[in-house]
Amino acid sequence: MKFSLSWLKTHLDTDASLTEITEKLTDIGLELEGLENPADALKPFRVAKVIEAGPHPNADKLQLLKVDDGSNEPWQVVCGAPNARKDMVGVFGPPGTYIPGSDFTLKPAKIRDVESFGMMCSARELELGDDHDGIIELPADAAAAVGTSYADYAQLDDPVMDIAITPNRQDCMGVRGIARDLAATGIGTLKALSIDPIARSGAGPDVRTDDSEGCPAFYGCTISGLSNGTSPDWMQARLKSAGQKPINALVDITNYVMLDHGRPLHVYDVAKLKGGLVARKATVGEKLTALNDKEYVLDETMTVIADDNGAHDIGGIMGGAETGSEESTTEVLIECAYFDPASIAKTGQKLMLTSDARQRFERGVDPAFLDDGINIATALVLELCGGTASEVTRAGTPPTEQRTIDYDPKQCAALGGIDVAPDKQKLILEALGFSIDSNWTVTVPTWRRDVEGWQDLVEEVVRIEGLDSVPSTPLPRKAGVAKPTASPEQLAERKARRAAAARGLNETVTWSFISDKEAAPFGGGNWSLANPISEDLKVMRPSLLPGLIAAAQRNADRGASSIRLFEVGRRYLESSEHPTIGLVLAGENRMRSWQAGSATKYDAFDAKAEVLAILEAAGAPVDKLMDFAEAGDHYHPGQSGTLRLGPKKILAAYGALHPSVTKALGLKGSAVGAEIFLDAIPMKKAKGHMREAFAPPTLQAVTRDFAFIVDADLPAGDLVRAVKGADKKLITDARLFDLFEGASVGEGKKSLAVEITLQPVDATLTEDDLKTVSDKVVASAAKLGAELRG
Amino acid sequence: MSGIEAIKEKYLGQIEVAADGDVLEAIRVAALGKKGEISLLLKTLGKMTPEERQTEGPRINGTRQAVADAIAARKEAMESDVLNARLATEKLDMTLPPPSAPKGSIHPVSQVMDELAEIFADLGFSVATGPEIEDDWHNFTALNIPETHPARAMHDTFYFPQTDDSGMPKLLRTHTSPVQIRTMMDVAKQTDGAGEPIYIIAPGRTYRSDSDATHTPMFHQVEGLVIDKGIHMGHLKWTLETFVRAFFERDDIELRLRPSYFPFTEPSAEVDVGFSVEKGRRIIGGDPRGDNGGWMEILGSGMVHPNVIRNCGLDPDVWQGFAFGCGIDRLAMLKYGMDDLRAFFDGDLRWTEHYGFDALDVPTLSGGVGA
Repeated sequence: MKFSLSWLKTHLDTDASLTEITEKLTDIGLELEGLENPADALKPFRVAKVIEAGPHPNADKLQLLKVDDGSNEPWQVVCGAPNARKDMVGVFGPPGTYIPGSDFTLKPAKIRDVESFGMMCSARELELGDDHDGIIELPADAAAAVGTSYADYAQLDDPVMDIAITPNRQDCMGVRGIARDLAATGIGTLKALSIDPIARSGAGPDVRTDDSEGCPAFYGCTISGLSNGTSPDWMQARLKSAGQKPINALVDITNYVMLDHGRPLHVYDVAKLKGGLVARKATVGEKLTALNDKEYVLDETMTVIADDNGAHDIGGIMGGAETGSEESTTEVLIECAYFDPASIAKTGQKLMLTSDARQRFERGVDPAFLDDGINIATALVLELCGGTASEVTRAGTPPTEQRTIDYDPKQCAALGGIDVAPDKQKLILEALGFSIDSNWTVTVPTWRRDVEGWQDLVEEVVRIEGLDSVPSTPLPRKAGVAKPTASPEQLAERKARRAAAARGLNETVTWSFISDKEAAPFGGGNWSLANPISEDLKVMRPSLLPGLIAAAQRNADRGASSIRLFEVGRRYLESSEHPTIGLVLAGENRMRSWQAGSATKYDAFDAKAEVLAILEAAGAPVDKLMDFAEAGDHYHPGQSGTLRLGPKKILAAYGALHPSVTKALGLKGSAVGAEIFLDAIPMKKAKGHMREAFAPPTLQAVTRDFAFIVDADLPAGDLVRAVKGADKKLITDARLFDLFEGASVGEGKKSLAVEITLQPVDATLTEDDLKTVSDKVVASAAKLGAELRG
Repeated sequence: MSGIEAIKEKYLGQIEVAADGDVLEAIRVAALGKKGEISLLLKTLGKMTPEERQTEGPRINGTRQAVADAIAARKEAMESDVLNARLATEKLDMTLPPPSAPKGSIHPVSQVMDELAEIFADLGFSVATGPEIEDDWHNFTALNIPETHPARAMHDTFYFPQTDDSGMPKLLRTHTSPVQIRTMMDVAKQTDGAGEPIYIIAPGRTYRSDSDATHTPMFHQVEGLVIDKGIHMGHLKWTLETFVRAFFERDDIELRLRPSYFPFTEPSAEVDVGFSVEKGRRIIGGDPRGDNGGWMEILGSGMVHPNVIRNCGLDPDVWQGFAFGCGIDRLAMLKYGMDDLRAFFDGDLRWTEHYGFDALDVPTLSGGVGA
């Protein structure tokens, strides 16, 4: 909302400086977003008189002027304006002046070999209008003002404030409401609103409302015998300060009343209407071309104002193009109606049409201001355009019932945290238009629809008193040192994240939404935005890998040779969101070095190693995990796997990424990746800090090695598990330590060597004991077709 | 020189020049073996008179001991030479670089979230979470933003074609405030509507359909919520001051509360933090009224609207409190000096290396949350 200081002062009687006013605005919640003074750019320009005008010796279209701007010597100026002539008074910019409309700084120059100092300016060059046909021509009596600043002469020195209005403050979408708020702070007083009685004659127009829900009240009057023209300078200046373009007197008046009082109006050209006007619901498919020259198709939920020919106004949002006022208009009907805020909001949302009127109606205009609104507008029309006003027809009843709130001034301290004396609270609330009886029952003014309960009254008091004066008060808290607050899941995630970084993975944050194309290899996304910002950011990711793969390629493009990325975030599946750690390893695993030789690529085991380390950090029981295949189609079928706790509970999937997936996602070269499904990891119950008693075995563990010949396609893990399970009491560990394939073990075979650890419990193992265990191991392995190697 | 002395000199001489272990062993056998010269001499002691034994015993035994010691010493010297010779062949060039372990890093957003959890834990707040794919009720309606509310226009909401139980389209949460609703509703449910004090923060991803130099469609927010008895604006102010001073680790930080409007709080305040300029860069803290100093908005806050408390099944006449919401990315930028928000979501390893945190830089209260 923009307005000039002089405009504000038509409502606010104040001696406060501009700075005091602008600081106060922000303090009370009307945040100052901009402050401009149109005079600042025009300071150097002076009223000046042409004292000589003659032809330019070398150019037909140029003149040679002598200009008196009040300085000691007249300036010689080469001028191309056709209206420049002796004795005319205009606006002069001396050398060194910045010309805002042309964006350059004047310098003495030679024009066709004649020296020229400064410039007589056009309206466009000063950004005062569009006129560029000639230089500004001031009235002859301006000659007395030669040498004074043009900004002062034209009274342009009027700062314009731009403030942000929060959606609850419809009352401040008019300058008077802002003045009222400022007055409540004590910075000035609100001038009384005086509306002179209007001489009305003749019956009011035929207006009615058939839609008491959407348009509870519709007031109208006509003014005949008027002549429309341009509005006066003062009105144009104020409209311009608010960013509105003056159009003609009638339109300017409606805009002015809207900006001055927050009261939107509409003016119809009576000559273009047929029959009376009615507020009714639109019919399905009814069409209307609005003032913005766009056609809108309406439905039965929308309120329109119509005559016998059809709808002419999308009620409270935008008038129709056909029946608006023009220069030639001689009789108008002024519509001053109350539209239901919710209905306006829905209609506006459906039509995707926003307007100054909608903004005000959907926030709720003052329902008690219809008579004042129509009278202010009528008086302005009569004053500026002449004519005769009819009586006002009042159809329907605006909802003017006032809300009352039982208030206790102590509530200010209880919620606002600041003690404000009851008398002071009363003064503040009354200045804002609230009335208060002896029992502190507060009646809310009709223009403050947003005030619903005592909490709102506290806000009014605290806001005007100043939030800065609320004393900081320490929160109540339990005595002693803070207790730990993190949940087991949060701790697990935190540890897993730090473990990943400690293993040399770099944490990234990638978009939660990806493209359809990226989601496709991962089964596609279940959640596709209806209004994505772009096709690339459309589908909620079903996996963290696509975002990481894309990030890996961006780094490769920037020349990174070894890329180790991870992210902690969610996957969005049909039923719910799942916290997940994703990682991608691409490029060189080990750089080439004197020790290890050439650089090596990442392989699936690198991914598995990361997975195991991160799972362990997150508290997963890694020694109980089982290797399974079926990591998913986005992995290499032969170089991937899952780690499960039981056959169905998948804690992680890892492997070399499927070449067709990396190719589809634009990643050059191979990469491996993994996802750890954090919410599948069972959380350990808190057992306190106390550990079990330390009771190391008294007897020393012994190890024995076994080498087996097995089918080449037998997973080594199966054999190790079989060996380990051969005697659950004695065998505490089994570890694969050698893998050999070659002619000596036979075609389609391989040799696997396993070391088992035996922990005797009661007595040292005898040769017989060892033989028994050994037989069990061999028998257990034999079930997988394994033969003990001779 | 007596015979025994000569024997001793002979063997000591031989030991001194023995070339290797074999020679030394031969000397030992010749002198001290079962039939060795000195062993035989020892046996003669038995046939001597006590007087003879008195003089000869120590001499022969002394000779035996001296020869044995000499052999041991010589053997040790030989082994040492062998070891030294072997070690000399095993010399490595220790100027060679060892293999380097890759160095990982923690994203600043995670780091700041951990910092927030630490700071607020000490004020008695725990961390709450909620879904990102939300429904209209939790994101808007329960927060006192009905369907026709003009404030909805301030949220550029992402919608899905899927609808919730009431037929409203599902959406991506536009703020972390729905976590307030979920937390309060949980408490109302667990206490049969009686309520109990709530002190939480809720950090997480949030989404708005906005993309330019300073806005990304995905960003991070932290929500704060206190519900208790007798909580007022003064507590809000203190909490925010305490948090901001702890977070930026400076005591000279001023806050300015400005009245504003959020449908879910009443009264509402936007909060500006004072900055000053040090070495040409804007620093949070210092004198906002000094040269180049000023205020910048960092968060929105207010007293939780009674309608919101009521919507969650708690009695607003009993329970009262405050809420605030703050951009985590922005906090990170202000604290650690990043100037481009978009880079947060690019995964550029060079950026990560520059702005990321070491794995073990875990923010702790005792160590300082500043990392």
